[in-house]
Amino acid sequence: MMTSGTTLLQNDDALQAWTMKLREQFPILNEHVHSKRLVYLDNAATTQKPESVLSAMEGYYRHLNSNIHRGVHFLSEQATEAYEGVREKLRSYINAAATGEIVFVRGTTEAINLVADSFGRAFVKAGDEVLISGMEHHSNIVPWQLLCERTGASLKVAPIDDRGEIIVEEFERLLNKRTRIVGLAHVSNALGTVNPVKHLIDLAHRHDIPVLVDGAQAGPHLRIDVRDLDCDFYALSAHKMYGPTGIGVLYGKQRLLESMPPYQGGGDMIRSVTFEKTVFNDLPYKFEAGTPSIAEGIGFGAALDFLTSLDWRAVSVHEHSLLEKASDALCNIPGVRIIGTAREKAGVVSFVLNDVHPHDIGTILDQEGIAVRTGHHCAQPVMLRYGIPATVRASFAVYNTKEEIEALIRGIYRVKEVFH
Amino acid sequence: MSDLRALYQEIILEHNKNPRNFKKMPEATRMLEGYNPLCGDHYTLYLKIVNDTIVDISFEGSGCAISKASASVMTTLLKGKTKAEAEKMFETFRLLVTGELKDMSFETLGKLGAFAGVSEFPARVKCASLAWHTMHNAIDAKTDVVSTE
Repeated sequence: MMTSGTTLLQNDDALQAWTMKLREQFPILNEHVHSKRLVYLDNAATTQKPESVLSAMEGYYRHLNSNIHRGVHFLSEQATEAYEGVREKLRSYINAAATGEIVFVRGTTEAINLVADSFGRAFVKAGDEVLISGMEHHSNIVPWQLLCERTGASLKVAPIDDRGEIIVEEFERLLNKRTRIVGLAHVSNALGTVNPVKHLIDLAHRHDIPVLVDGAQAGPHLRIDVRDLDCDFYALSAHKMYGPTGIGVLYGKQRLLESMPPYQGGGDMIRSVTFEKTVFNDLPYKFEAGTPSIAEGIGFGAALDFLTSLDWRAVSVHEHSLLEKASDALCNIPGVRIIGTAREKAGVVSFVLNDVHPHDIGTILDQEGIAVRTGHHCAQPVMLRYGIPATVRASFAVYNTKEEIEALIRGIYRVKEVFH
Repeated sequence: MSDLRALYQEIILEHNKNPRNFKKMPEATRMLEGYNPLCGDHYTLYLKIVNDTIVDISFEGSGCAISKASASVMTTLLKGKTKAEAEKMFETFRLLVTGELKDMSFETLGKLGAFAGVSEFPARVKCASLAWHTMHNAIDAKTDVVSTE
């Protein structure tokens, strides 16, 4: 990590050494599965956690455990400071204007549900439209469907082309005076496509339509700058960014969050309560009812420290080289078809092999210690678009190596042996 | 690889490649869908039952090798069997793939024995069982889509 990106760009050995150094921070990577060294290529489902995240969470429970925002005692003050410190870290990490714009949630799914529910109640009515793309994860489809069902609005879908890219002209054509909000994946979980969200946001803004970006798959691969993107909402999950499960963030522009009603009611989100009238708390607490996932929040903070410590030029070079190596090698295996060949991709290669069902491939790879995801990846409309029931998905993180890609390729040849 | 060979027996691979009784049956007296949405395994099972005897059985659909071979082998075993015999075989199969079957030699199991390896792969038990559960419900004259997930 001390090596500069420029040096790494020029030197394959330096990149290798950099990766091996990173791997030392992830104890689980030493595990064995079916007597084989674990090859973890299911990072789009969840990434592994570095030692620093594990010890931050354990340290909280061992030394600081107490409830936040209410106690006058020492532990509560310390825990509150640690938890709120993470909010500030997040603000800075994604370049939000104020900590009031950083709402802690359980994850990306809850973030999108919060917006669909709260923004929906304030601004969406019968006859209105919600626009999403054809490559969304179920969590960026179903909350909007529920909203449409509730209000009588309708869900519009901007189609994708054969490469797995949003057809921008079609997207633009679907924006109109009835469109109330747009929901878009920054990076597709099933195809790996990096969408040109900045441009798409700009197109929506020309019609004064706010845009929610589902950043679940972008978090681990891209540096996110919400003010540069000018998105209105941005959703992230810590567990896909080397942090723990059960915590994520909804970024929202202050002006919008202020105009939205609370999502859930309870403690912490109120200023005063009588049976006649409740006064809600300020942002972001208005949207944070109940005791949050405190240990997970603190773990998220450690994950952000880990991400901040990375040389991002090296991350980009390394992850692209893994993707390229995997894609090239897979293409050269007779019978393999890569699903999703967008010009800009991050972290994910999805494929099918002749008529061998992905679950059979997954089982055989598992016997080799290789963890991949098989199935529809919670993106059934994407599978339908390509006329396939499922794919095998290998997804990468900073700690993956070229040797692991080679293991995957050997595994695919083993599948071919079994299914000669 | 020894474990894998236990799962992907020749019989299973062969039935996956050339599934038997893999067709629609317009004259079926029972027809039922088996669908595991998470996996994507999706079949329709056709039964022609006359006087409590399965005089014909077929299936169509798509899914993994284990689910397809299991459905194919099942159709070859059940043709001509009574409902009671089919249910008994279903129970044997269920115990076999969940690793609970005791005191039965592979000879008496016949073709079912090919599925003994499934019990070592807990994630795949639902694949192997889908067609059998669908058959069981069809015999019971149930009409809801069957899932083993």
